Amino acid sequence: MSASSLGVRAGSGRRLRTRARTGVGVTRPGLGWALPATLFFLLFAILPLVLVAVLSFTSWNGVEAPRFNGLANWTKLLHDPVMTQSVWLTLVLTVAGVVVQTPVSILLGVWAAGHQRNRAVLSAIFFIPLLLSATAISVVWRAILDPNFGVPSELEWLFGDGNLMGSQSGAVAVLTFVGLWQWTPMHALLYQGGARAIPPVLYQAAAIDGAGRVRQFRHITLPQLRNTMITSVVLMLVGGLTTFDTVLILTQGGPGTDTTNSAYYMYQQAFKSFDFGAGSAIALILVVVATLISLVVVRLSGYDKMRSTAEGL
Amino acid sequence: MRRRPNYLAGLGSLVWLAVVGCPLYVLLISTFRTRANYSTQGPLTFPSQLTLQNYLDDFSGGFGQDFLNTLLVTVSVVGIVLLVVPPLAYAIVRARGRTISTVFRVFLLGLAIPAQAVIVPMFYVISKAGLYDNLLGVILPTAAFCLPVCTLVLTGAMRDVTGELYEAMAMDGATPWRVFWQLVLPLSKGGLSSVVVFAALQAWNGFLFPLILTQSERTKVITLGLYNFQTEHGVDVPGLLSAVVLSMLPIFVVYLFARRALVQGLMGVGGK
Repeated sequence: MSASSLGVRAGSGRRLRTRARTGVGVTRPGLGWALPATLFFLLFAILPLVLVAVLSFTSWNGVEAPRFNGLANWTKLLHDPVMTQSVWLTLVLTVAGVVVQTPVSILLGVWAAGHQRNRAVLSAIFFIPLLLSATAISVVWRAILDPNFGVPSELEWLFGDGNLMGSQSGAVAVLTFVGLWQWTPMHALLYQGGARAIPPVLYQAAAIDGAGRVRQFRHITLPQLRNTMITSVVLMLVGGLTTFDTVLILTQGGPGTDTTNSAYYMYQQAFKSFDFGAGSAIALILVVVATLISLVVVRLSGYDKMRSTAEGL
Repeated sequence: MRRRPNYLAGLGSLVWLAVVGCPLYVLLISTFRTRANYSTQGPLTFPSQLTLQNYLDDFSGGFGQDFLNTLLVTVSVVGIVLLVVPPLAYAIVRARGRTISTVFRVFLLGLAIPAQAVIVPMFYVISKAGLYDNLLGVILPTAAFCLPVCTLVLTGAMRDVTGELYEAMAMDGATPWRVFWQLVLPLSKGGLSSVVVFAALQAWNGFLFPLILTQSERTKVITLGLYNFQTEHGVDVPGLLSAVVLSMLPIFVVYLFARRALVQGLMGVGGK
C-alpha cells in the first residue's frame, strides 16, 4: 500500500514536472522555424542587393570575370547626357503618375465604397485591368495606339496624324495614360478600403450641421483618407521610379532617347550594351532613391507613429 | 437616411467605364477577326464575320508550351512560398528575442527593394549557379521577391490568434509543431489564401526575371511569349491579342469564382 501510494506520488510528481516543462515558455518555436525562409531570402534578395553595390565598381561584360575599376562607371555616368536626361524623365514620369492617378483613384475608390445600384457590376468591370500583366497591358495599348492599324487611324478628328509616340511629349503622355489605366484600379481598391472604414456617424453629424456633399467630401472624406493616401503615394513613387515594362514595350525609350528613363537605361546599359558595371551603378542609384523616398514620406507624414485618424470621436 | 442620387458621380463612373471598357472591347473583339479584316475594317467596327482561327494559330505557334512553363513556374513559386513562409511567420509572431525581430526587419526592408534594381546581380548569381535559361533560375528569384509581402500578410493574420488559445494548447502539453499544425495554420486560412493568390499572380504575370534569365523556346513563359510575338510578328494583331486573352483566362476564372480571395491577394500587391 505504501508502495502504491509512493508510486502515485512519484507519478504525480512526474506529471507536475512535465507540465512545468511544457509551460508557456516552452511552446514557443525556436529560431530554426525562421531559418529556411531567411537563408533563401538572404541568398536571392539580399546577396544580389549587396552585389549590385560591388558590381557598380567593376567593369564586367557578362562573359569574363568582373574586374574592379574604381569610380570609372560613376564618372562615366556623371558625364553622360543620356543619364542626366533619364533622371529628369524618371522624375517627370513619377510626378505625372502621382498627380494624374491620385485624384482619379480617390474619386473611384470613394465611389466604389458607396451603395449605388449598379456599383457591384460596374466595379467588377473597373477592376479587370488588375488581372492583366504589365506586359499584356503594354502589348494591348501598343496595338490599339498603332498609327497605321490602330484606333488613331480611324479617329483622325481626335488624334490628328495619329503618331502619338512620335514626339517626346506625346510619348510621355501615352506612358502616363497607360500607367493611369494600369494602376488606378489598385489604388482605387486601397481608397475603397479606407473610405469604408470612415465612421458613418461623422457624415450624419455633418449632415445635421447642414454640410452638403462637396463639403462633406472635403472636410470628412479627404482628411480621413490621410493614411491611405500616404500608402498609395509611396507605392506610386516607388512604382514610378522603376517603370520598365511599359517603356520597353511601348516606346523602347524612344523616339531616340526621349523616353529613356533610368530603369530602362539600366537595362540597356547592362543587357544591350553589355556594360554591366554601369548598369549596376544606375541600379544602385534607384535602390537608394526608392528607399530614401519611402523613408522621407513616412517620416514627414508621421506615419511611423501610427497616429489614428479617428481621433476625437 | 435617404440621399438624393449623385448625378455627377454617376456621370464620372460612366466616363471611367468608357476608359476601361473601350480597350477591353477592342482587345476582345479583335481576337475574333481575321487578319485581313483587322487591317481593312480597323479595330473599332463590329467584324462582318467571326473566326476562332487566331486562338488555334496561337496553340500551333507554341502557346501550349509557354502555358505549361508558366504553370510550372507558378505552382513551384506557390509551393516554395507555402513551405517557408508559414514557419517564418509563426516564429516571428511567437518566438522571443532580438534575433527574430532583426529577421523580421530584414524582410520589411525587402519590401522596399524593387526587382528592377537587382536584375544585373541576379543575372550574375543565376549564371554562376548554372541556372541560366533554366526554369528553376526563374522560380527561385520570383519566389524570393514574394517573401516580404507574404510574410507581412501572414504575420498579420497569425497575430489575430489570441493568447488564450496558445495557453490552452500549452496546458495540453502541445509541442510547437502541434500548435503550428492544429492551431496556427487552421486559424490563419484567410491570410494563407491571400498569400497563395499573391504569389501565384506574381509568378503568372512575372516578366522581368524571365526576360533576363531565359532565352530559348524551351523555357519561354507566357509574358515573354507576348513580348517576343510583338517584336517578331507585330503585324498579326489578332493573333497577339488572342494570346493576351488566353494569358489572362486562368486569372479571370479565379476572379469569377473567388473574387474576395483574389482581391485580397491583389491588395498584397499594394503592400497591405
